[in-house]
Amino acid sequence: MRTLSYREALREAMLEEMRRDPNVVVFCEDARFWTMPTVGFVDEFGPDRVPIMPISEEAFTGAAIGAAMTGLRPIVDYTIANLMYVAWDQIVNHAAKNRYLFGGQASVPVVFRAAMKYANATAAQHSDRPYPQLMNVPGLKIVVPTTPADALGLLKSSIRDDDPVVFFEPLMLWGNKGDVPDGDYLVPLGKAALRREGADVTVVAVADAVPAALRAATGLAEEGVEVEVIDPRTLVPLDKSAILESVAKTGRLVIADPAHKTCGAAAEIAAIVAEEGFASLRAPIRRVVAPDVHPPFSPALEALMYPTADRIASAVKALAEGAPPAKELTASGH
Amino acid sequence: MERDQQLEAMRRMLRIRRFEEAAMDMVRKGTGIAGAVHICVGQEATIVGACLALRPDDYMVGYHRSHGHPIAKGAELAPLMAELMGRKTGVCRGKGGSMHLADFRIGSLGETAIIGSGIPQAAGAAYSARLRGTDQVALSFFGDGAANIGSFHEGLNLASVWGLGVVFVCENNLYAMSTPLAETMAADSIASRAAAYRMPGLSVDGQDVVEVFEAVKDAVVRARAGQGPTLIEARTYRYRDHAEYGNLKLSHRAEEELEQWRTRDPIDLLAARMSREWGLSDEELAQLQDQVAEQVAEAVRFAKDSPVPGPEELFEDLWATPLENVR
Repeated sequence: MRTLSYREALREAMLEEMRRDPNVVVFCEDARFWTMPTVGFVDEFGPDRVPIMPISEEAFTGAAIGAAMTGLRPIVDYTIANLMYVAWDQIVNHAAKNRYLFGGQASVPVVFRAAMKYANATAAQHSDRPYPQLMNVPGLKIVVPTTPADALGLLKSSIRDDDPVVFFEPLMLWGNKGDVPDGDYLVPLGKAALRREGADVTVVAVADAVPAALRAATGLAEEGVEVEVIDPRTLVPLDKSAILESVAKTGRLVIADPAHKTCGAAAEIAAIVAEEGFASLRAPIRRVVAPDVHPPFSPALEALMYPTADRIASAVKALAEGAPPAKELTASGH
Repeated sequence: MERDQQLEAMRRMLRIRRFEEAAMDMVRKGTGIAGAVHICVGQEATIVGACLALRPDDYMVGYHRSHGHPIAKGAELAPLMAELMGRKTGVCRGKGGSMHLADFRIGSLGETAIIGSGIPQAAGAAYSARLRGTDQVALSFFGDGAANIGSFHEGLNLASVWGLGVVFVCENNLYAMSTPLAETMAADSIASRAAAYRMPGLSVDGQDVVEVFEAVKDAVVRARAGQGPTLIEARTYRYRDHAEYGNLKLSHRAEEELEQWRTRDPIDLLAARMSREWGLSDEELAQLQDQVAEQVAEAVRFAKDSPVPGPEELFEDLWATPLENVR
């Protein structure tokens, strides 16, 4: 066992896979800059495998796809998730579809890394959580790790996966430290993690809502409410069984997700449980999610946006006590 | 170009012409091809001249008007025709259709219906070849309309700063769908844009298969030698509308313009050249035409006799690693 930060785990995963497989390459703007997990990579692997990158998201994403269809395994780092939008055509129309369009003749093994910089006073063009948009695109696997061990094990698995994987990193978790197993540590895609066991309410949490849900659970335990926290870790493939089994046990479900409410990950999970686990439910499903408004710049306003331990705890308590849904923030207000 | 090469060019141009005519016929009569088809008749010399300058293991990326490109690269006709007809035996198992023909066995990395998007992908294939230590070259075909989209500019810049072995071949047929190029491009020629990306740019007669072949051959030599990319603009013309619309006639061009270009038909030009330079007889040409006509007829028979994909194939080919216990 070793202790790594989330950021160090990302770096370690890329280093290990690049040393193991000469076909792994990294496309990243400013890969040599001191804040990047790729600092030092150009020195070790050379500019052939870590090419110097112009600010050309569309071109280097397309180049990664062309390289992947002809034998390489590129890791593309957008540094900020919103910058992926510049390359949306290449990701959605090509990376996701080429294998299908070409009848399985070629795979597109690219990992698209996207740090999500929300809750950081960077305003609406740097603060998106775009994974729900891409959950709507068949052909993309979607990973959202929340611990250093998962950042390591899931990134290594994503690099080895033959399908395109979009790897979303909540940037506020980059500094978190945690225990990471030694050796060639791999976490399979499609297996949820049970973060805490509890009999009363299931909380399925995504991204930084996972640590928030765990804090909420600690507080609620003191009040006699036992919360089970499930971290899906990958949204595509989604471990439905883990969620449905937990709801079968608790009968109550809160979904905490910092992405927007409409058509979000939480909406999809709620729909699955409503369709396939309805008989287990003893109360309506609750979502603790971002309202359908852009992340504002002012920290005073942005603080209203995302699931916090308090908001998750309120939703859990309301469910456990059978209270009606709390008032939501909406455009019409009240 | 030697006699054998010219004869092969003639064979491939005829295969494209007859293939396209068969496809148009089926669209017009409603006998087996659904959806849109974009016919490349008139542009065969550019397509064939460029592909003949490549090795079989070199890469080629097409675009929406690209039935002819895999044919020029050496693909079998029958799986291409079966793909246009949405059959199980299609080269893409009926998943891609007219705008996405791909045949990885002959280096055809696919075609895209999004203008210009294949340009950076071809650059990526060239990058991949260099990193893997092969000397394969990548050729990217696109139309004049693509010269105004971002991926063209980003892709040429990337290929140039990375020194990649790519040949960019623009089939300038003068119209982006129905819009004349002169009304949309702030440059005297597409080739002139190469200067902005520090690569050679040349403009060639796209109706002359020999001229195209020689230009692309030189560019391929540079690419293979690690001397970077080249932009080649081939001036050509499409005889048909942007797409086939059944029996609708929607032409946006003057008949006289089309007739003018027909006087420089690429197949007629090569036939005249071969007669002049190599003494190709009318009988030899007629024999070749008969052979090709039979090959295309056989491809149509094969496609029509092939089954359509079964419902179980809807989900096939989506994932390389199947998803278990999940959605």
